[in-house]
Amino acid sequence: MAIDLRTVSITPLRQTFGHLARRMGADKPASRYIEATMDLQPVENFHYRPTWEPQYDIFDQTRTKITMKDWYALKDPRQYYYGAWTLARGRMQEIAEGDFDLVDEMGLAAAYPAAGKDEALKVFLPLRHVAWGSNLNKAYVSSYGYGIAISQAACYASMDQLGVAQYVTRLGMAFNDLDSLADAKAAWLNGAEWHELRRYVEDLMVEKDWFEVLVAQDFALEGLLYPLIYERFNEKLNAAYGPVFSMLTRFQREWYGETTKWMDSVLKVAGADNADNKAQLAAWIKHWRDRAVVALKPVAALAFGAEADAVMDELVQNLNARAAKAGIAL
Amino acid sequence: MSNAFIAFQKNDESRCIVEAIIEDNPGAMVVDQPSMVKIDVPNRLVIKRETVEEKIGRSFDLQELQLHLITISGHLDETDDEFTLSWNS
Amino acid sequence: MDMKVAKKLGLKERYSLMTRDLAWDTTFHKMEDVFPQTTYEGIKIHDWDKWEDPFRLTMDAYWKYQSEKERKLYAILDGFNQNNGHLSVTDARYINVLKLFLGSTPPLELMAARGFSMMGRQMNGAGPRVACQMQAVDEYRHFQTQIHSISNYNKYYNGMDEFAHQQSRMWYLSDGKSFFDDAITAGPFEFMVAIGFAFEYVLTNILFVPFISGAAYNGDMAAMTVGFSAQSDEARHMTLGLECIKFMLEQDPDNLPIVQRWIDKWTWRGTRKLASVGMMMDYMLPKRIMSFKEAWEMYVEDNGGSLFKDLARYGITIPKCFSQTIEEKEHVSHQSWIGFYMKPEATPFHTWIPTPDEMDWLSEKYPNTFDQYYRPVLEYLDQQEKAGNRFNNKTAPMNCQVCVSTMKFNEPGDPMEMCFRESIYNGEKFHTCSDHCKEIFDNEPEKYVQTFISSHQVLQGNCEPDGTDVNVPDFKPGQNMLDYWKLDKRALGDFNGSEDQKNFAQWREQATKN
Repeated sequence: MAIDLRTVSITPLRQTFGHLARRMGADKPASRYIEATMDLQPVENFHYRPTWEPQYDIFDQTRTKITMKDWYALKDPRQYYYGAWTLARGRMQEIAEGDFDLVDEMGLAAAYPAAGKDEALKVFLPLRHVAWGSNLNKAYVSSYGYGIAISQAACYASMDQLGVAQYVTRLGMAFNDLDSLADAKAAWLNGAEWHELRRYVEDLMVEKDWFEVLVAQDFALEGLLYPLIYERFNEKLNAAYGPVFSMLTRFQREWYGETTKWMDSVLKVAGADNADNKAQLAAWIKHWRDRAVVALKPVAALAFGAEADAVMDELVQNLNARAAKAGIAL
Repeated sequence: MSNAFIAFQKNDESRCIVEAIIEDNPGAMVVDQPSMVKIDVPNRLVIKRETVEEKIGRSFDLQELQLHLITISGHLDETDDEFTLSWNS
Repeated sequence: MDMKVAKKLGLKERYSLMTRDLAWDTTFHKMEDVFPQTTYEGIKIHDWDKWEDPFRLTMDAYWKYQSEKERKLYAILDGFNQNNGHLSVTDARYINVLKLFLGSTPPLELMAARGFSMMGRQMNGAGPRVACQMQAVDEYRHFQTQIHSISNYNKYYNGMDEFAHQQSRMWYLSDGKSFFDDAITAGPFEFMVAIGFAFEYVLTNILFVPFISGAAYNGDMAAMTVGFSAQSDEARHMTLGLECIKFMLEQDPDNLPIVQRWIDKWTWRGTRKLASVGMMMDYMLPKRIMSFKEAWEMYVEDNGGSLFKDLARYGITIPKCFSQTIEEKEHVSHQSWIGFYMKPEATPFHTWIPTPDEMDWLSEKYPNTFDQYYRPVLEYLDQQEKAGNRFNNKTAPMNCQVCVSTMKFNEPGDPMEMCFRESIYNGEKFHTCSDHCKEIFDNEPEKYVQTFISSHQVLQGNCEPDGTDVNVPDFKPGQNMLDYWKLDKRALGDFNGSEDQKNFAQWREQATKN
């Protein structure tokens, strides 16, 4: 029987699920982000305590010092559920693919001045390990964070960092240089310039408060590292030698620009929930910002030489301004 | 002897992949079900990039199988040229 | 290394450079402090680098293929919804499958997402860590696309609107919840056997392949698209579970007895969990492509059999429960459906007695059991219903302390005798549904005494609507279960006479006339 079902106009019995209608205060259609996120993590009647940490429930609000009246207030302004996130990243990878192809076809890497190549690769390539550490630390946030709003955003960010680590690796390969990847790894493990940064990343691997890990990794460290390298250092290379590195790190720049919106919103909402949160966030930001400056100064020196301190000072001012804008007075 | 198998959603691309499997795996058994097709091969099932490319008329990356797969059975070994499922028994 | 060498890297070398070459052994903190969970279960790993990566997807390829899948999936969903696709399903009874699915499956996918995130943080080796992270993010995809595909049905039919509230409260959803709570509270290696291996490799085929093919056969393009699209990720997940088993067994001979115990335990726990899938296939799909028994034979006996034969080279034997599952495949779907039919006031989906030709189909598919044991019960229940004496079991069920299923399975070898087992722990008696659940209990009683069994908890005042004062003098527990569950009265009981039935008929009528 062929029937044209499209022409049937029927009145729905309800517009959305009960938990969403209660949350929105009305029975109205909910976005796919809201449907995919809100109130989905179990909060009660857990059967067993974790054998690995029996002091906690499977999902437990007391895993962080931050408290929230509603953990789903930590919404993602980008409204990333899996589909939206993967489509956005799909577009970015297509552009990145085009950039890598173009560099390859035009022989842009081979034509890049040797001095500039050395200068760039020694700064960029160890960052694949920083991104790998970031992947792990964000995985911690997504594992033990409370509520799907934060856990999914952290999960996507964690995969993004795996992507960054791989794009940096491809950057090395684009310059046809597996040896420089090996050198970069040796520098990461043994080089004095990278010592404090590696300490910072490793310290977060044993930090237990997931919200603190988020602040230290995403806000303090990446809030300085990304503008330092993917904006300022690229600008310097562009001016001196040409824009190839800028092209091949476009993903990182776009990612940072987009992800700060999420991070700032998380800080703002958590700080606005109560005064203790605000004070705690301020304390964490100050502590980890100062440590991140220590960790990044040698890298900045590698990239900017004598101008390193001035660049870092400016970036710290920008970071402070972001915190202030999110309502966190330092 | 155990069967290795693979199943795909039915569409034009997977039709070509199934043709390639039949060509490269004597003894392949094809089972049609609503919206899906399942292919069983005793012990070892191989999908060859070259054969798929021949059927599909363009270059094909074996990782594109991800788009159409429904399920597999057997140990997987994946290279640029072959996607193999096998049992050791 | 020169240009040619870098270009010529094969898939394996390239993938290795893109994952494990990124990793390093920490020096500011001991590796055992960074990864503190991978030793206490007794599994010995000597060399994480021996891990073989199964699928080798880098993130750029992952995003490329996954975004293409998502684009297709949401285009089909939008089209299906815009065209009132819900009216094109075979008959409105079918929609009850979706109610059961929505309550039972997305919440478990969510637990898989969180659990694999934990594995993606806790596994020492870079190879398994990346594979677990990728599975975690896939599992977000699964619960979200499932909710999105059923969202439109919720607008027109009853019983789906409170799935999020009910996931931790409904008595019959407790088996799935305990399954995943059990796995996620175990150590990382047991989780990998439980979910990565037993659930993904041995059991999800049953749920997603014949059942979803059945959904397609019943005209539900939304469920079909979501189900098959999820299953395309599942192929990656299965290889991860299998690889993890092989890895543990190859690393140290001492791992064998531990892995074997977990395989025994989780194959059984999964089998119990799938009883309700059996009833979906045999009773709830108006058009059926194969029986649960046939699906069980194809995907568990044959496929699982191949797998266990293959693992025999490591000393793995077929799970102890295997022969019992083979005996039970002819019973569980009937026992489950009859069990649910008998509780018309306690589920947000409808039940019904199969039509005469559906019973004939069941006779044909279950020649050894249906006519002998189950047809007489169903025909009796039918007569009683027609005589105005619809069976209604109002008592709280007795549940297994391990799998939390209601006690309804038979004694092995005797379909007419219900199976009960008990264990004493700390002077208290605990009941289980089978030898296998009893063994699981006895191995780890300190864990399973914690099981949240709602028919016990309700008597302790722990299942009351939010805001109830249980300390008032004349408080009687369990008087407000419908409110505690937020169970819509329109969603209860018989399909015949339900609002769903009337609306569907009327809307279809509207669609075929001017």
